[in-house]
Amino acid sequence: MTDMIAKDGVEEETVEAVKSLSGEYKYGFSTDVEMEYAPLGLTEDIVRLISEKNEEPEWMLEWRLQAFERWKQMEEPDWAMVDYPKIDFQDIYYYARPASMAEEKPKSLDDVDPKLLETYAKLGIPLKEQALLAGVEAPEGERKVAVDAVFDSVSVGTTFQDELKKAGVIFMSISEALKEHPDLVKKYIGTVVPQSDNFYATLNSAVFSDGSFVYIPEGVKCPMELSTYFRINAENTGQFERTLIIAEKGSYVSYLEGCTAPQRDVAQLHAAVVELVIQEDAEIKYSTVQNWFPGDAEGKGGIYNFVTKRADCRGDRAKVMWTQVETGSAVTWKYPSCILRGDDSQGEFYSIAIANNFQQADTGTKMIHLGKNTKSRIVSKGISAGKAQNTYRGLVSMHPKAANARNYTQCDSLLIGDKCGAHTVPYIEVKNNTARVEHEATTSKVDDDQLFYCRSRGMDEEEAVALVVNGFCKEVLQALPMEFAMEAQALVAISLEGSVG
Amino acid sequence: MAVSQPKLEGAANLAAHFTVPTGAKWANDTRANALSVFNAQGAPHKRDEYWRYTDPSALTAVPTAPAALFSNDEAPMFDGIDRVRVVFVDGIFDADQSDDLTLSGANIETLADVTGADIHWAKDLYGQLEANGQNPVQRPLAALNTAVADQGLVIHVTAKCEKPLAIRYVHSNENSDAVVHHVIKIDEGAEFTLLESGAGAARFNSVLEVDVADTAQFHHVRTQGRDHERKTVTHMFGRLGRESVLRSFTMTVNGVLTRNDAVLEFTGDDAQATVAGACAGDGTGFHHDDTVFVTHDSVNCESRQVFKKVLRNGATGVFQGKILVKEDAQKTDGYQISQGLLLDDNSNFLAKPELEIYADDVACSHGSTVGAIDDDALFYLISRGVPRKQAQDMLVLAFLAEAIEEIDNEELAEDILNRLAAWMERR
Repeated sequence: MTDMIAKDGVEEETVEAVKSLSGEYKYGFSTDVEMEYAPLGLTEDIVRLISEKNEEPEWMLEWRLQAFERWKQMEEPDWAMVDYPKIDFQDIYYYARPASMAEEKPKSLDDVDPKLLETYAKLGIPLKEQALLAGVEAPEGERKVAVDAVFDSVSVGTTFQDELKKAGVIFMSISEALKEHPDLVKKYIGTVVPQSDNFYATLNSAVFSDGSFVYIPEGVKCPMELSTYFRINAENTGQFERTLIIAEKGSYVSYLEGCTAPQRDVAQLHAAVVELVIQEDAEIKYSTVQNWFPGDAEGKGGIYNFVTKRADCRGDRAKVMWTQVETGSAVTWKYPSCILRGDDSQGEFYSIAIANNFQQADTGTKMIHLGKNTKSRIVSKGISAGKAQNTYRGLVSMHPKAANARNYTQCDSLLIGDKCGAHTVPYIEVKNNTARVEHEATTSKVDDDQLFYCRSRGMDEEEAVALVVNGFCKEVLQALPMEFAMEAQALVAISLEGSVG
Repeated sequence: MAVSQPKLEGAANLAAHFTVPTGAKWANDTRANALSVFNAQGAPHKRDEYWRYTDPSALTAVPTAPAALFSNDEAPMFDGIDRVRVVFVDGIFDADQSDDLTLSGANIETLADVTGADIHWAKDLYGQLEANGQNPVQRPLAALNTAVADQGLVIHVTAKCEKPLAIRYVHSNENSDAVVHHVIKIDEGAEFTLLESGAGAARFNSVLEVDVADTAQFHHVRTQGRDHERKTVTHMFGRLGRESVLRSFTMTVNGVLTRNDAVLEFTGDDAQATVAGACAGDGTGFHHDDTVFVTHDSVNCESRQVFKKVLRNGATGVFQGKILVKEDAQKTDGYQISQGLLLDDNSNFLAKPELEIYADDVACSHGSTVGAIDDDALFYLISRGVPRKQAQDMLVLAFLAEAIEEIDNEELAEDILNRLAAWMERR
């Protein structure tokens, strides 16, 4: 909770009203589903157990064990501007799944525990095909969204399977993909984010329990947007999902990812890995709305979000676009990156990171320009309120062979209140003279004139701030798919509740 | 995190290579403290965050690699202006070549004399600003300097000085390994200009501590010598009082390795500071690093960092700048620009312009650009009959001029620009 000091002309009652609203996390319910846990802690046996539960091929187990061996030798990174109590990696459940799924995977969504479906309904993700936002029955022209939902450690259902199958698109949980398309998984997993990449990625490689797998064949434009919803429900569990998306030559896919977790006063760990492989002329749009539980207004609990996301533009003219709206998590450590290997390939990164109360976010991107005429664009908007710390950390690297490469970076920070911090740590490495790099960063507070203007037209301070902040983020919000943009806009306002007063 | 073995060994070797001078008790204590800080930190290493772009091994090698002397027929820098001239040869004060150390408005002494005196005002300043500047970023070579330096000037400025003090560092021995430490205390309302020039030694380590009191002004213009093989590491630690002004400009041409650290702290309100640099680097050996750390801890202060680097034939330019705005430093205006101009595809520009801000009513911005010479501008000049080489030089000079403009003394600015033009032609 931020310090609520009644300013001149503000009624005490108003302050109270704002107080009662603030810090409330609307997704903070937990679902009472019977869970099956693996034993607490992490040992080789747990890794074996996870692999066995998922009925994985032998090579996958070997791969996991290799990662586990490596992880034991690694040290937790400490360079990010985040401060949190040391994580006891032996005090976490590495695998939890609803008991109803323990015996046998549900054959169809109808077999899924209704309580689970209810959870997703509460989240506003209608899982069932007929209940979808833009379902089969939807009027012509409306967009369809296929959803894969991951509940704690396992995937509960993927909608629209049939229609996707017709287009040749494979969209399923990675555990299913390991059974049905083991060769594809084997060919690509770990080729973008290697096992040894970093502490959390290595941990994920050893213990990832589920996630999404997408394969778009050559020349196919995925007929609908694909979406995954991640939810951590069980207490004291870590969620380690792994997403792998492969876009073959000339294909296109737009992928949406959303995350929530119940309100708990013990911090929970989330360490995901996302790998994107983009071949010649292909394009992936990857949008994230991350709204993990940020901890309460006193900074208790919340999700530690340590995520490794990377896109590899392997072919010429490959294109990737990361868009993220980061409003949740107690601690965020996330740098979606682009390796621009193919000539003329393009990477874009649009980010809104909002930190309120005691949240800490250290996020940014890496643009590695290897190929000729590669282009990248970074637009990062950081908003700090309450006692939060928000850091942009990024790298733009132009390798000697990246002739005529271009980068434009803009990172703006907005401070709301005088107890928060906004930091910018860009690294710029240019080793080619035909490359052009431009970097701009500004830090400022919410403009008084703009606030005054809004307030003089009858808005209350909170509405006014939300409007100004939405304006500040506009460039990024515009990069989101439409349905997401609406949600994100509302989320921006919700996240800032209680930040003024 | 534990300090790695190579860092500790590096520190031990360097410490054994130099001797810690003895003098008055306070000086001995300060030196002993600095030495223990240095030994605890270890020598800088390529794996340290603040050395990631600059390999410090040439600065930590024992003994230092020799550097060939560079002969030229140019008139020494700043010779044309009225000043008090002081000469250091291979880092040793040379009284014969220097003017009398008298300057109205200032009291100038040598470090050796001062550290021998039991009672001296420098007791509260020598090594103190350096020690403050060790946090949050370690600067082991500055701590080493404080521990082993017995050469330098100690200057107390009590009024506005009528002319500048110009220090010339002569490099005359191929194997010289110099450590120089200056302390300057500028009283309230006083004003002082320091000019520095020359390569100094085969390896040159300098620390400059400047305490600028309320409403005082410090002006600093420096050129770093053209000796191709010299290695230089300099540190400036500045503390700024209320309504004070600090302006520092450095021009660097050649030299195999240059690292200029500037660490400034605003302690009084309404003060202003500028740190600027222009650098022209030529050749694979050339490596130039500007590392600046500005801390705002008072209200309504303004800081500017302006750095321009022209690089060719495999030269490397580095800029690491940081603006830290503490919680109560409201109304801060922080500005930072770093630009690299790469004249060929072997050269590198590496930058890390950082902002760390804890106050909300601030306007801080930074910009960084890297690119080649603008083809359109070049074409324009050539189409008007300017030969290509000359056209390119004109554009390079225009690019660097923006940093040189940060010098507020026109005569000095012009002198530097003219010399630069001459250097461009001859290398």
